[in-house]
Amino acid sequence: MAIRSFFVPFLLFGLYFYSSLSPVLSLYEDQVGLMDWHQQYIGKVKQAVFSTQKTGRRRVIVSTEENVIASLDLRHGEIFWRHLLGSDDVIDGIDIGLGKYVITLSSGGSILRSWNLPDGQMVWESYLQGPKHSKSFLLVPTNLKIEKDSVIVVFSNGRLHAVSCIDGEVLWKKDFEAESFEVQQVIKPPGSDLIYVVGFAASSQFEMYQINGRNGELLKHESTTFSSGFLGEVSLVSSETVVALDSTGSILLTISFQNGEISFQQTPISNLYEHFSGPAIIIPSSVPGIFAIKTNAITIFIRVIGEGMLEVAEKTNHETAISDSLPLSEGQQAFALIQHAGSEIHLAVKLAHDWDGNLLKESIKMNQQRGLVHKVFINNYIRTDKSHGFRVLIVMEDHSLLLLQQGTIVWSREDGLASIIDVTTSELPVERDGVSVAKVEHNLFEWLKGHMLKLKGTLMLASPEDVALIQSMRLKSSEKSKMTRDHNGFRKLLIVLTRAGKLFALHTGDGHIVWSHLLRSLHKSEPCQSPIGLNLYQWQVPHHHAMDENPSVLVVSRCGPSSDAPGVLSFIDTYTGNELSSLSLAHAVAQVIPLPYTDSTEQRLHLLIDSDKHAHLYPKTSEALSIFKREFSNIYWYSVEGHNGIIKGHALKYECTGKVADEFCFDTRELWSVVFPSESEKIIATVTRKLNEVVHTQAKVIADQDVMYKYISKNLLFVVTVAPKGCGEIGSVTPEESWLVAYLIDTVTGRILHRVTHHGAQGPVHAVFSENWVVYHYFNLRAHRYELSVIELYDQSRADNKDVWKLVLGKHNLTSPISLFSRPEVITKSQSYFFTHSVKAIAVTSTAKGITSKQLLIGTIGDQVLALDKRFLDPRRSVNPTQAEKEEGIIPLTDSLPIIPQSYVTHALRVEGLRGIITVPAKLESTTLVFAHGVDLFFTQLAPSRTYDSLTEDFNYALLLITIVALVAAIFVTWRLSERKELQEKWR
Amino acid sequence: MASIAPLLLLVLLSTALTISSGSVDGFTINGRVKIPQGMGTKGFVLPGKTSNVKVILNGGQIVTYLRPDGYFSFQNISAGTHLIEVTAIGYFFSPVRVDVSARNPGKVQAALTENRRGLSELVLEPLREEQYFEIREPFSIMNIVKSPMGLMVGFMLVVVFLMPKLVENMDPEEMRRAQEEMRNQGVPSLASLLPGGGRN
Repeated sequence: MAIRSFFVPFLLFGLYFYSSLSPVLSLYEDQVGLMDWHQQYIGKVKQAVFSTQKTGRRRVIVSTEENVIASLDLRHGEIFWRHLLGSDDVIDGIDIGLGKYVITLSSGGSILRSWNLPDGQMVWESYLQGPKHSKSFLLVPTNLKIEKDSVIVVFSNGRLHAVSCIDGEVLWKKDFEAESFEVQQVIKPPGSDLIYVVGFAASSQFEMYQINGRNGELLKHESTTFSSGFLGEVSLVSSETVVALDSTGSILLTISFQNGEISFQQTPISNLYEHFSGPAIIIPSSVPGIFAIKTNAITIFIRVIGEGMLEVAEKTNHETAISDSLPLSEGQQAFALIQHAGSEIHLAVKLAHDWDGNLLKESIKMNQQRGLVHKVFINNYIRTDKSHGFRVLIVMEDHSLLLLQQGTIVWSREDGLASIIDVTTSELPVERDGVSVAKVEHNLFEWLKGHMLKLKGTLMLASPEDVALIQSMRLKSSEKSKMTRDHNGFRKLLIVLTRAGKLFALHTGDGHIVWSHLLRSLHKSEPCQSPIGLNLYQWQVPHHHAMDENPSVLVVSRCGPSSDAPGVLSFIDTYTGNELSSLSLAHAVAQVIPLPYTDSTEQRLHLLIDSDKHAHLYPKTSEALSIFKREFSNIYWYSVEGHNGIIKGHALKYECTGKVADEFCFDTRELWSVVFPSESEKIIATVTRKLNEVVHTQAKVIADQDVMYKYISKNLLFVVTVAPKGCGEIGSVTPEESWLVAYLIDTVTGRILHRVTHHGAQGPVHAVFSENWVVYHYFNLRAHRYELSVIELYDQSRADNKDVWKLVLGKHNLTSPISLFSRPEVITKSQSYFFTHSVKAIAVTSTAKGITSKQLLIGTIGDQVLALDKRFLDPRRSVNPTQAEKEEGIIPLTDSLPIIPQSYVTHALRVEGLRGIITVPAKLESTTLVFAHGVDLFFTQLAPSRTYDSLTEDFNYALLLITIVALVAAIFVTWRLSERKELQEKWR
Repeated sequence: MASIAPLLLLVLLSTALTISSGSVDGFTINGRVKIPQGMGTKGFVLPGKTSNVKVILNGGQIVTYLRPDGYFSFQNISAGTHLIEVTAIGYFFSPVRVDVSARNPGKVQAALTENRRGLSELVLEPLREEQYFEIREPFSIMNIVKSPMGLMVGFMLVVVFLMPKLVENMDPEEMRRAQEEMRNQGVPSLASLLPGGGRN
């Protein structure tokens, strides 16, 4: 009795202890990098400027297509600093001023900024306006000075500005208001204060303005008419000569404007190259005396000799790339030329006036998966023997950036990963070979040693070296980057498709690239001019029948930007990265529907809907067809036509009635359509549940032993429409003229299950749908704050089933078939809360069995990912929850959602340019894998309700062992003691 | 916050007009972000370098950075109500509602949306610091004692050393009765308790 009464409070205390653990997921600082990794990228480089002054570190400043400006270490390629500009603030040009400022021109030439070169701090920002839109040019001349001020010359929006390099003040400006004047080049010849602005007017007139660089005074304005017009760009061949093409693209025009006199020289291309046919284009470059044109697949380098005389320097049908010129010494200019030849690239550095001689000629073995060289940037350094050495920065087709020096690749950056289009995952191979005994013993010793060290760490006995050793040991754990499957399912492959058409496999353990593959099917080819990768699907996930097969993914792409361009499918083995096969389709791909059926080799059936609303079944096997025929009448899908506000439901009809018999092609019929009134509603977001989401239970036990049944259907579509006026930015509408309507639509019947209007709200809307709830984020104009709303759906038709007697007597309807055609008795509960930040993406955690409670993962405007417990978004929250509700875990209602800094899953890091968050269940039920991508990549493991099913990484085995040993010792000691005592008692 | 107040006062005196009618099209919003010096030093998160602080208008319409003195400006802004957000690692900033009035340009109307506090000048300060990590508590005997293992050991010690004492002090009569009761019940109740306890 005594024991029992003693035990109970102890147990209660233990229980209390367990439950008092804060539900907030959080991390200690020394745990950073244990389960997460973060990679920083910049994107495909557009422009690069070298800064290789004697003092300070050598760096290269780049601007990229992801709209990043960054300073990279020229030795290792690491990022010193980096800024991502706004999406409407596209970078037009960069340069270095005074050797210590990075000057950027962006937003179509209207924003000029200066950044401190060493640390990236913005120094000044200047807004440049002008009368009309035009091309923009940024020049930072070294010798132009106005009252000791260094000057930046900017041409933008039809106006020429001279801006002070020190403070961004506009010193003078000059408008070019002539209606049709289109600027082509702004030239500042070295050694004089003149600025030339040349361009075309009225498509057949060549205009030249000569301007005094000191005060913006117009010195001379000449124009000449050339009757057959101009085509495309001009190439600058000297400071007073440009080369242009006539409008047919077959005559080269050498235009010189020496001393303000314009003179033309016409040279038909066929004179230079007898096999010429079809229009040519000028490859933009600025090498004095040399320019390049491209016709068909041939690149022709043409030399300008003397007074507009042209001469072919070289013809090549290899892919080539040419850099801008680099001033070497007095009057000497060098440039780099790269040509592809098989698996090698040939790099030549030549002097501008000496085509036949090479300053440098190297060939470098190049990984075929990097594709062609797209851009070349050259820089020189002085060797110890006073000769010139060259380093060359090249941008490849896969968007990677490489530095070549002395015939080798010094460093490379995989910047294609900055522009991920789609992500999927794949399992790793199963570990087959047994591990040798010796290895195990070694491991055991290491293991014990590691734990002893950790114990020392916990007991604060460790020296600083020990602490460092512990940290490095934890970070370098070879366990996590193994190439085999693990028990917990933490090790997987992330398959990502990038905008460059390259597929990467990243290891979830440490983020290293397992393989990368430039898709051949996404290569530019004759029938497929501008292929675009669209989506990734899991094609084959072998786990039951076909264990020997490697899993594969399907890449769906399209030959062009329009939606009716023919599609291309490629199948990639996820273990090796090999392209198994690829299919060029005759039809377009408007929609891809992975069906929930697999064939005997575990290939998933996919239905591709083309732009003519025909459905095509893949894989094209008879087995797939027979499976498909069986489920023929159960296949429904929907399509959203955002531009005219219609949502349609479709089903299959019969085989195609085309000219060619194709048994894998099916006609479709329209079942229903929901038309939104275009004058009052415009679709801005549609969300469905994830196809592979697992729901553990339909029943939800609430406080007073009552049961609610979740309405769980895979065929629900969440649609948000806004007033057409409210589509713009925040602040462009008043609350009265803006509203937002949310719908829940059943996609089989087209029935609207729920509709709610938020007055005075506007987009953008981000939403996530999971189980029986949907959470969406929008802007409340009245309160001028963002809001998150939740809608939960409950099935009323099953609400009577809570009577035990009915269950016993079999009078329940749990086994009655669910049909979407019967009218569902659905009740909804909803609630709204304020949320502080703008949101870029929302996702929800997903676990293997769906038992673990959910967390919302909110990508905030600050490029961080916040984990917010779903309990905060429970429509049953009330201001004063009853005791029973509190026990159930209902949080008292507050008007805004808490932002707990410790629950940022990205902790102190930023996923710059965040675009998407993907969650993948691990095999361990408590854990979910989270991958956030943007310009940066971030991966971590999350346990929304803590790791209740495994010991944490922090668990100290050594302490456990010591405790056990101590207990055993204590048992023996007390045993001896008690024996002795007993003996004494007996003697007494 | 008390130490910030004088700083803020200083700033108020030095800031210029917040909203001015710009040139041809649109208005200009000028403001300043101020991260007090005292903050950020006690945390282990690096004090937010001003070079990485972004100021964002209307959820991403315009993004700008701070000048070395903390000033920022947005140009070509239409009249209406706008939202300015400041993102800086290590600090929590409230979004700011800014009204740009077309009728009387130059009129300042700004309010923090988190606590609806009006701002007379557009000087944005963090509401609080953000600690992204749990702080590891230093090793102490109490921690060990409070951990489940410590409790187990403690309980064992109590049973081993205190229970005999309790039994000794019992009235022999009562003792006999208890023993009898136990014998009647059969197996001691400890075993029946354990599985229940183990589940927790």
